[in-house]
Amino acid sequence: MRAHLPALVVVLPLAAAPAIVLLRSARVGWIVASAASYGALVCAVLLLAGVGTHGTLSYALGSWPPPWGIEYRVDALSAFVLVLVALTAALVAPYGARSFLAEIAPERRYLAWAMYCLALAGLLGMVITGDAFNLFVFLEISSLATYVLIALGARRRALVAAYQYMLMGTVGATFYVIGVGLLYLMTGTLNLADIAERLRAVTELRPVLAALAFITVGVGLKLALFPLHQWLPNAYACAPSMVSAFLAATATKVSVYVLLRYYYAVFDPLTLFERLPTGAVLIVLSVAAMLVASLVAVYEQDVKRLFAWSSVAQVGYVTLGIGLDNAAGLTAALAHLVNHGVAKGAVFALLGGVALRSGAGALGVAGLAGLARRMPLTAFGLAIAGLSLVGVPGTAGFVTKWYLVLAALERGHGWVVAAILASSLLAALYVWRVVEVAYLRPAPAGAVRAEAPGPMLAAALAFVLLCVYFGFETSFNVGAAREAVEFLGRGAK
Amino acid sequence: MSGEALLALALGAPCAAALAAALLHRRPNLRETASLAAAAVLVVAVAALAPAVLAGERPALRLVEILPGLALALELEPLGLLFALVASVLWFVSAIYSIGYLRANREPCQSRFYACFALAIGAAIGVAASANLLTLYLFYEALTFVTWPLVTHHGDAEARRGGRTYLALLLATSMLFLLPAIAITWMLAGTLDFAAGGILAGRIEGPTAAGLAALYAFGIGKAALMPLHRWLPAAMVAPTPVSALLHAVAVVKAGVFCIVKVVVYVFGTEAGAFGPIGWIAGFTLVGASLVALRSDNLKRRLAYSTVSQLSYVVLAAAILAPLSIAGAVLHIAAHAAGKITLFFAAGAAYTAAHKTRVSELDGIGRRMPWTFAAFAVGALSMIGLPPAAGFVSKWYIVGGALQAGHWPALAAIAASTLLNAAYFLPIVYRAFFVAPPAGDAPHGEAPATMVAALLSSAALTVLLFFFADLPLALAARVARS
Repeated sequence: MRAHLPALVVVLPLAAAPAIVLLRSARVGWIVASAASYGALVCAVLLLAGVGTHGTLSYALGSWPPPWGIEYRVDALSAFVLVLVALTAALVAPYGARSFLAEIAPERRYLAWAMYCLALAGLLGMVITGDAFNLFVFLEISSLATYVLIALGARRRALVAAYQYMLMGTVGATFYVIGVGLLYLMTGTLNLADIAERLRAVTELRPVLAALAFITVGVGLKLALFPLHQWLPNAYACAPSMVSAFLAATATKVSVYVLLRYYYAVFDPLTLFERLPTGAVLIVLSVAAMLVASLVAVYEQDVKRLFAWSSVAQVGYVTLGIGLDNAAGLTAALAHLVNHGVAKGAVFALLGGVALRSGAGALGVAGLAGLARRMPLTAFGLAIAGLSLVGVPGTAGFVTKWYLVLAALERGHGWVVAAILASSLLAALYVWRVVEVAYLRPAPAGAVRAEAPGPMLAAALAFVLLCVYFGFETSFNVGAAREAVEFLGRGAK
Repeated sequence: MSGEALLALALGAPCAAALAAALLHRRPNLRETASLAAAAVLVVAVAALAPAVLAGERPALRLVEILPGLALALELEPLGLLFALVASVLWFVSAIYSIGYLRANREPCQSRFYACFALAIGAAIGVAASANLLTLYLFYEALTFVTWPLVTHHGDAEARRGGRTYLALLLATSMLFLLPAIAITWMLAGTLDFAAGGILAGRIEGPTAAGLAALYAFGIGKAALMPLHRWLPAAMVAPTPVSALLHAVAVVKAGVFCIVKVVVYVFGTEAGAFGPIGWIAGFTLVGASLVALRSDNLKRRLAYSTVSQLSYVVLAAAILAPLSIAGAVLHIAAHAAGKITLFFAAGAAYTAAHKTRVSELDGIGRRMPWTFAAFAVGALSMIGLPPAAGFVSKWYIVGGALQAGHWPALAAIAASTLLNAAYFLPIVYRAFFVAPPAGDAPHGEAPATMVAALLSSAALTVLLFFFADLPLALAARVARS
């Protein structure tokens, strides 16, 4: 049983999807999907513990040994991301019962659960697989399921948003697969570790560099790397609440993981960061994302879009850490996958509760007036998660900011430090716009005091608690991130 | 009790008070009793720590290690003890005052007020007892956020505007300047733990040191150096007990406390880097006094007086003579007691007579003799005349400036003292010696709790003049290290 954990973590949600379709019941769908999410979490935690004691695990799918068969690899980095994805899934699954009930037509609810399971399976598979083409398959599974989930959103604009995302996502996936094709051409293998091994012997570098460019752009589209982020704000804003929370905490994070995997585990022998301006390009794009997207968020009127723009900016923190390419920068990047994941998960989960109680129309900034009176816990949770986005000490966001500032100082990039701080100041602006309306504007006449339903509120507040918990007890976010950085060979020199 | 337990109690009492205020919001009497009880516990806990600190011990409490080498930890040294004593004693006094003020003015959301007030004191205690820059920064930021609901207490357009200025300036300075200053210190020194002699000693010099000192001085926006002082007058929209908290007890005192702490325990022997900051402090000293002179609104005049008085502390710390450091430490306590008296008196005048302008105060001292006698004591302390605490601290600051031969500082202090007299004495004169305008509605003193509070803070101001042994002993220990 233990030996098969790497397969099980993906198979559980993957098998749950068709089961839900056959059972045709939203209620059973919810139970099965929740069970699959919890099962995946248990597997992921066991795997993380296993990696801690035994080192990297390699699992040959169908007993076909790599590089011929598909290999699943669990190492310090992938186990960390697996736990992050599964943890988010376990938190949003109970949340989804009420959220779907309110936002999705009855005959489609069980299908939504099936899609959710597919999306989860795809994301977990992308993390765990050690095979370039298998990764593409999982990427498409999760993407297709996600398009459907977004299209299920209650607003009419959801269809447009899903279509937009589908176009961009397909372009991204195509670029990715072209890159993989070029790599296959040059090395004759699809196993990532094997590709890295054989790249050392490759003398003609031009196709390899083209592959690098294609993969960077393809994955960059999926992770909303500025300026390839256009799909994200609409997608997050229009999706059902539970899907927004789930995607915000996982989808871009997994793509970041894929980028890291390629940069450090596949292309590393090319001494990528010394020979190509990859770092400089990433730094400039990230800084642009942090400033431009934050500025857009400051002027955005729709609260969900506001926080979606904030996601584009926060992904900029992650890619900035990668671009700085030192121990502190990478630690910041990896820790921020968790830190931003819990903060955004909290924000979208709480906003879902607001939409449920006051209608989706209440998600204009002005619609939050008097939220502190109507939904005191929700308003307080929003303030705390917002502080984490700003990076106030005592929240998870501060840990990232601290490492990022150190990383930039270490590189001697004073202007990057200034950009990080300016971006967090902009974050304070857009967060406080929301908090001020919630606390200081009177509630509309006739508003009643009603928090979100119990399970939704509990899941959302669990995210909020994690925002604070990870600000003080950093052995999971920073500790695991540091181990992963060691593993990537970029540990503190 | 051990030092560790007492520190935990000192940090826990305000938090418990906040929780009690939130839970007991339907039972106001019990809620306010809990607030007073917690304040009393805090005073006792801090006072119980004093003998050990005076004997040279450093009670410490390690809470949690956030990152490798960066812990959330408390350690009480003489400077922190003095600040904690000031904050705890004045919390007790202002808790009494708040009860009278909030009830007499029928303020809304009183539970939120008491909860945030208690949390602000807790954050101030955290700042006072912090063992390293990270802990200091955490509590410093927490103080900004928990005081925002107090500043915007009335919730109207004016309060929102004031709250925005307050939050924007304090956050912008701490994020843009203080955080990178701390990060640079960490890179240079490899530690953030405060140590006698300074952790940057021998690691930094010349323009770099001066640049870092400027980052700290402007990053600690709560010290209200010009041109980053605007948050203080903006915060005047708050109810008067909050103004007293901001100006005397927690917020601004946390600012100048942090500056002195950084000068003594971070820069230490390299603190000559603060020389240029001394000039800015001198400018603020005189500039803010001039603005105060021209303000008719009483609270605004007091606010600019605070801006000016804070710069005494910064200037004294920047001069860096042992005597002036002692003066800086003393002035934290002296100004606190004097300024809280002035604000209490202003709040009493508003509550009893609904008067907010200096020009309306003609003859008010005849109707509210106790209140304006206390106001006169506070004013003496601001000017630096005996028998008020302000005299003692000013004496040391001037002594330090002479020791260092710093003539421009002396000139600034002299000019500001004259200006202080020029904007405070006319108020006292009007209150007692000008006949009240005809047709003024008759009124008496403010509610008894408010009068009791302002009389006790006035008494404290005088007592600190006659019995300055404890603050002097603490100040001497800071200056020696």
